[in-house]
Amino acid sequence: MSARDSGERLWIHGGRVVDPSQGLDGRAQVIVEAGRVAAVGPELERPEGARSIDASGLVVAPGFIDLHVHFREPGGEHKETIASGARAAVAGGFTTVWTMPNTDPPIDDPAAVGFVKAAGEAARGARVMPIGAASIGMKGERMTEIGGLVAAGAVAVSDDGSPVGHAGLMRRLLEYTQSFGIPVVQHSEVVELAAGGVMNEGSIATALGLRGIPNAAEAAMIARDALLSELTGGHLHVCHVSARESVEQLRLARDKGLRVTSEVTPHHLILTDEMVRGYNTEAKVNPPLRTERDVEAVRTALVDGVIDVIATDHAPHHYEEKEREFDDAPFGINGLETAFGLCMKALVAPGHMSLAQLIDRMACAPARIMGMDGGTLRPGAPADIVLLDPDEIWTVKPEGFVSRSHNTPVAGWTLPGRIRRTLVGGETRHEVEEDR
Amino acid sequence: MTAAERETAEETPPPAPLGKDLVGLEGLPGDTIRMILDTAEPFKEISERPIKKVPVLRGKTIVNLFFEPSTRTRISFEFAEKRLGADTVNINSVGSSVSKGESLVDTARNLEAMRIDMVVIRHGSSGAARFLADRIPSNVINAGDGRHEHPTQALLDMLTMRDRLGRIEGLRVCIVGDIVHSRVARSNIFGLRALGAEVGVCGPRSLVPVGIEDLGVRVFGHVDEAIEWADVLNVLRLQLERMDAGFIPSLREYNRVFGVTRVRLEQAPREVVVLHPGPMNRGVEIDSDVADGPQSVILPQVTNGVAVRMAVLYLLAGGRPELAEDAKRGSGG
Repeated sequence: MSARDSGERLWIHGGRVVDPSQGLDGRAQVIVEAGRVAAVGPELERPEGARSIDASGLVVAPGFIDLHVHFREPGGEHKETIASGARAAVAGGFTTVWTMPNTDPPIDDPAAVGFVKAAGEAARGARVMPIGAASIGMKGERMTEIGGLVAAGAVAVSDDGSPVGHAGLMRRLLEYTQSFGIPVVQHSEVVELAAGGVMNEGSIATALGLRGIPNAAEAAMIARDALLSELTGGHLHVCHVSARESVEQLRLARDKGLRVTSEVTPHHLILTDEMVRGYNTEAKVNPPLRTERDVEAVRTALVDGVIDVIATDHAPHHYEEKEREFDDAPFGINGLETAFGLCMKALVAPGHMSLAQLIDRMACAPARIMGMDGGTLRPGAPADIVLLDPDEIWTVKPEGFVSRSHNTPVAGWTLPGRIRRTLVGGETRHEVEEDR
Repeated sequence: MTAAERETAEETPPPAPLGKDLVGLEGLPGDTIRMILDTAEPFKEISERPIKKVPVLRGKTIVNLFFEPSTRTRISFEFAEKRLGADTVNINSVGSSVSKGESLVDTARNLEAMRIDMVVIRHGSSGAARFLADRIPSNVINAGDGRHEHPTQALLDMLTMRDRLGRIEGLRVCIVGDIVHSRVARSNIFGLRALGAEVGVCGPRSLVPVGIEDLGVRVFGHVDEAIEWADVLNVLRLQLERMDAGFIPSLREYNRVFGVTRVRLEQAPREVVVLHPGPMNRGVEIDSDVADGPQSVILPQVTNGVAVRMAVLYLLAGGRPELAEDAKRGSGG
């Protein structure tokens, strides 16, 4: 780790340590030294000179890793900057985020990757890991200099926001990226089928007179790309799965043993296209909120491991941009600070999965599928740690978000599960002080 | 309303019978729709007078805010407003701040600042009328928003059906043509079903939206089946750009497969009344000998349009349906 990591020695005690990467779930102490986990165990005494962090009543877990955020800098700083986004991330319990390259200009050359990385380090929030553009200008035509992007710090390539539509380019990307051990991250959508749609295709879109995006627009692209992954052996990572037919394609890919991984957002795990009624632009997101059947399918897929991880697709937008006619409002939901609570409500509270499983999908699995540091409290791992209260009920107040934007369809919802403290490299980067 | 109820009602002025806005027919109870149609009846006669004006809306200011080109709907509203004595201003998207890129929310705030009483809005985006209605205290009437609703068109369609056939309840009404892009279709579906009609839609599946069955309609893939089933056909205009967008192969093909023709109507087991919201593409969705024939009520639709819009304006302004007869004589409202 680097010089910014705190050299302080910490003794985090009194909490319930839940670390699915080691099968830990029980009362234990965590000792941190020089920004890394030094030891985890039930009877660890306070080391000499160690600062004490009282975790009684709280769960101590590996910090969450979000493989999909939009921080809008450069070009959209009124929505979010790298700094505000990185701080919003730690407020949500995330210690690492992968930033999408669809900024203005897009992150399609090594200097731009270096800029994102440097701004992320300066922010003192979550660790910011840039995803580079897959094609120059994200135009879907020519491959970027992926070797240069990786050398500058890129962890993946993607044209997210738009799909890589050209099948030949997708094949080359899945081949070429193998030299660098990085995935191609795909916003899976056949644009000709999405056809300018603004919400889920179905009876609600029909009643509202809004153009619909069918499930097949997503599933057809996943099917194509899975075949290309099979052809090439490249690592395909599928963004924000929303449709039940997509789950079928992913299950097939898993059964074939392909290098296909995928993510689902908190909103697709709980919200449906009913939210759009009344032309609610806060519920305008791409892929769109689907039906209850789709929500059940992606939820089950996440529990079964057909979908690997939860990622927020954090997409901040200025309030003025959302206060428009539905057709003209931008797609996107501000997700970092509500992610854990929404997942608790969607998955743990109704008994679909345990808290440990949720922590696995938010922290351990992202590190596992991407072969990266973090997502564990094993000795030697970076001390990226979240302290959370799974029982605390809180109300979503967007005006209090750390994020620069407040666009969420769940304003006013009460959610179980609150992030209390987030440490990155042993340094406390977020802490909720009140009533403790 | 019984006499006793009416007396009570006269003591304390009830809230405006139609609420603040008319954004759509979805969710409106059948009684409310019947009230609008009944209120339109006495207003029909005003347009037959030599002096076509009553002072029901004297002193009221109305803005006709048209973000899409429209001739007949705008003129129909304007006649309705003027015949009720309102002061009207037309804002068309060409030449106004609208075309300079002002947002709808800013337009709304400016209208509010000018203390407009009513706004009639036509807009290309579904939901735009609701958007405006939620943001200004003025009454808002939807004159067509995207593919969503065009409530006054459906009201005049229903008034015309009722005039011709004496009832709506139990009628079988089939809407024929480009359903997916049609706000007229949606308003007709919601309104007709609220009044107890059976509703069908007919068109090429590429122009019938997914999930339309969930709105309680049956879908016909062949116009002959629709004609055999229906008492009324409401034939929609086929926007010519649909052909370029690939929804149908050609206009000629459309007419061959889905056109409402004399030959097809002659196969019907009963007389089928034909409506069309206009403007017509003669020889495409409807043949001239049908449009101009005895089964057509296309011109009565236009006449009824003014009466229905007068009724809506009157009711939104707080006029009471049972007083409409007095109002038009100039003694009430």
